[in-house]
Amino acid sequence: MLLALLLAIPLGLFGWFVLQIGPVASGQTLQASFAWLPSLGIALSFRLDGLGLLFALLITGIGALVLLYASSYLHGHPHWGRFNGFILAFMAAMLGTVLAGDLITLFIFWELTGLCSFLLIGFDYQQEASRRAAFQALLVTGAGGLALLAGVILLGQSVGSSDLTTILNSGDLLRNHNLYLPILLLVLAGAFTKSAQFPFQFWLPGAMAAPTPVSAYLHSATMVKLGIFLLARFSPVLGGTESWTVCLTCVGGITLLLGAVKAMRRTDLKQILAWTTVSALGMLTLLLGLGTPLATTAAMLLLAVHALYKSSLFLTAGAVDHGSGTRDIRRLGGLGQSMPQVALAAGLAALSMAGMLPLAGFIAKELFYEATLHAPFSPWLVTAVAFLGNSLTVAAALLAGYLPFYGTVKDTALHPHQVDLRLWLPPLIPALLGLLIGFFPAVSCSLLVAPAVAQVAGSPVPVELALWHGFNPVALLSIITLGSGLALFSLRKKIQLQGQASRWDTEQLYDLLLAGLPGFAGMITRYLQNGRLRYYLMTVTGTAVALMAATLFSSSTGTLHLPKPDGSLHEWLTALIILSGALMATMTDSRLAAVAALGVVGYGVALIYILFGAPDLAMTQFCIETLSIILFVLVLHKLPRFALLSSTRSRLRDMVVALGIGSVMTLLVWRAVSQPLIPSLSSWFMEQSLPAGHGRNVVNVILVDFRALDTLGEITVLAVAALGVYAMLKPRSGKGGTD
Amino acid sequence: MHSLILATAIRLLLPLMLLFSLFLLLRGHNEPGGGFVGGLVVAAAFALYTLAHGEKEGRRMLRVAPLQLVATGLLIALTSGLLPLLAGLPFLTALWSAVPAPVIGHAGTPLLFDLGVYLLVAGMSLLIIFTLMEEN
Repeated sequence: MLLALLLAIPLGLFGWFVLQIGPVASGQTLQASFAWLPSLGIALSFRLDGLGLLFALLITGIGALVLLYASSYLHGHPHWGRFNGFILAFMAAMLGTVLAGDLITLFIFWELTGLCSFLLIGFDYQQEASRRAAFQALLVTGAGGLALLAGVILLGQSVGSSDLTTILNSGDLLRNHNLYLPILLLVLAGAFTKSAQFPFQFWLPGAMAAPTPVSAYLHSATMVKLGIFLLARFSPVLGGTESWTVCLTCVGGITLLLGAVKAMRRTDLKQILAWTTVSALGMLTLLLGLGTPLATTAAMLLLAVHALYKSSLFLTAGAVDHGSGTRDIRRLGGLGQSMPQVALAAGLAALSMAGMLPLAGFIAKELFYEATLHAPFSPWLVTAVAFLGNSLTVAAALLAGYLPFYGTVKDTALHPHQVDLRLWLPPLIPALLGLLIGFFPAVSCSLLVAPAVAQVAGSPVPVELALWHGFNPVALLSIITLGSGLALFSLRKKIQLQGQASRWDTEQLYDLLLAGLPGFAGMITRYLQNGRLRYYLMTVTGTAVALMAATLFSSSTGTLHLPKPDGSLHEWLTALIILSGALMATMTDSRLAAVAALGVVGYGVALIYILFGAPDLAMTQFCIETLSIILFVLVLHKLPRFALLSSTRSRLRDMVVALGIGSVMTLLVWRAVSQPLIPSLSSWFMEQSLPAGHGRNVVNVILVDFRALDTLGEITVLAVAALGVYAMLKPRSGKGGTD
Repeated sequence: MHSLILATAIRLLLPLMLLFSLFLLLRGHNEPGGGFVGGLVVAAAFALYTLAHGEKEGRRMLRVAPLQLVATGLLIALTSGLLPLLAGLPFLTALWSAVPAPVIGHAGTPLLFDLGVYLLVAGMSLLIIFTLMEEN
């Protein structure tokens, strides 16, 4: 009952999306928008087009299967409910991302997927490996997310709108924009981290620490495909340039080979599948980089096909683990007898992965080769890379889908036993779908692939899929690939043995970075937070003054007018009092005298306020001065006499700092008075004070009404400062009490 | 430091100074004054009282803990900003009573806001002063 209720959510969504296939295939785009931050032009808006629909179907469909599967896989697990919550939240975040119709909406949901995947990967939080993997995934994809945020903001500013439809129509503007390269690199950083492209590939196999249903969901259809989604989404506006092609094909090619080679060297079923996922993601990136209509078609088909066979294989790996107690392929064999349905699912999925004839994978591989052979540049090199990757994939498919189920029965931890329906049905469904697509390529193509391709290419592209194209170079390549894959498979033991020797990976770079960070932070802290008040003051004021001076000198336009010294006698006298007070404060070697001298300066300034018509300020200044002197006196009598006075050198240094601050402030004020003030501002306040603010005291009306938000911020700071002082003094006085 | 003159004078001055601070607060909208300086006057009054009679006596005379004054002040200021939200207006929009109130003229949320500032400033200053004056 509970399960039915749980499954109703993704299945209901899946059903709704299925109903939208017709309208979307006919070229419609469904849109919905809600006002979010209208003043910034940001809306919570969604659009359902061919690309989004393809993803949405995979997300909800495979999501439902994973939930069904997990109900048996995690049977009796104390946190099964939590798991379902995480998966559903993750599903929502994924749907939000692929259906986003606004850049900011897209980014928010993008980050939510990262957060949810953190929770999912770290599901077995009692284990250190899980926590480490979750943290690693969060850090790597989070760093990419920050880059993406910057990219998205630049993108929005360049186009002048964050609406996706507007942006998708501004391809030429963007490609010729000054900021094109930064935007491209930032967006690519987001996509590459999410889709585990070189050099960020390491987090994906690490994330295998998660329970198998999570891996099946995250690493087949969802999380890691988001990077590909992002590339596909922006390919009409950012794609087609030289930098796009070079970045994507190189990174995709390297990832493809790296993942395929690493997959062969693993013996853990999930690790093999994880590395083949990396490899498949590399293929997709490579294809999107090529950017021809043929390559785009291949990419979209491969994306769907990969989601189907990979989710099936991951789920069978979990069933194998569940039924036999191990995932080590060296200890597995002959499981087909005890779990025939699982073996069937794994076999079909592996055949699709290897690209065997009646299955969907075959069509995808044919298209892949066709695209590489017609690559816009060095087709032979690209085809060679594709050939190597595909051969290794064939071998890996046999490792994962054939080896555990056939041959002699081996001794495993558990006695191999039949698994229940909820463990074998979910992997069987996508595997059979792969077969179905293989038999009816034209239908699935026109309904699902073609609308997505039209979105990615920017305009409708004639797409025709068939199972058999006749005997041509592509078919020949396919056959040779199968042959070399079989050869590699038979050599697997040698490859695996060799694999143990080389262990270098970019992951070590990540570890190094992570280990170095606390040290670096410690160094900075020791340097900046040295515990000496005078250095704090120097740092804070020095930085502020340096910034001010830089702004002042870089933006200096117009001349400085020296105002005529036309003050009256009492004004000059006040200035003299202030000056002598300041001098006295620096010269004296008694604390009390220094405090008194500072008080003189303060009262002098208050006098100036009175002379220039600011009674409010003067009144406040008088109160503040009085209170500060009281405070000083209270503290002073607790302090001992000066044991030693500062050396002449440090006094000279202090003088330089003080004079620097003084001169920059003077210059600033001078500049301010030399420039004609914007009269409309002060006169506006004067005029509006009584009618709009109901008060004649303009200063107060500004403080409590026109600029009340500023005041609220300031008094909050005051309250926090009071708490800080209280917290600092309290323990000391408490200790004093025990004396 | 016990001074008979200060101790006697402040007994009479304290209520006067508190009244004066209220006067400053209420007239602030039209004449020099306001919550900030009003709060400082409150603090000065209690500071003088504490100087003359000691920290314990000062705290007793204030009746509430200074930290509570700070929190209450902040809360009042925040409330004055939140009230207009109920009327569907942006945060901190000033609301005014239709009829002029006696003594203070127009009454409205800015006065409430100023009252918050007044309490917060007084509480903050006294918090520091009392903590520093605690007898060792």
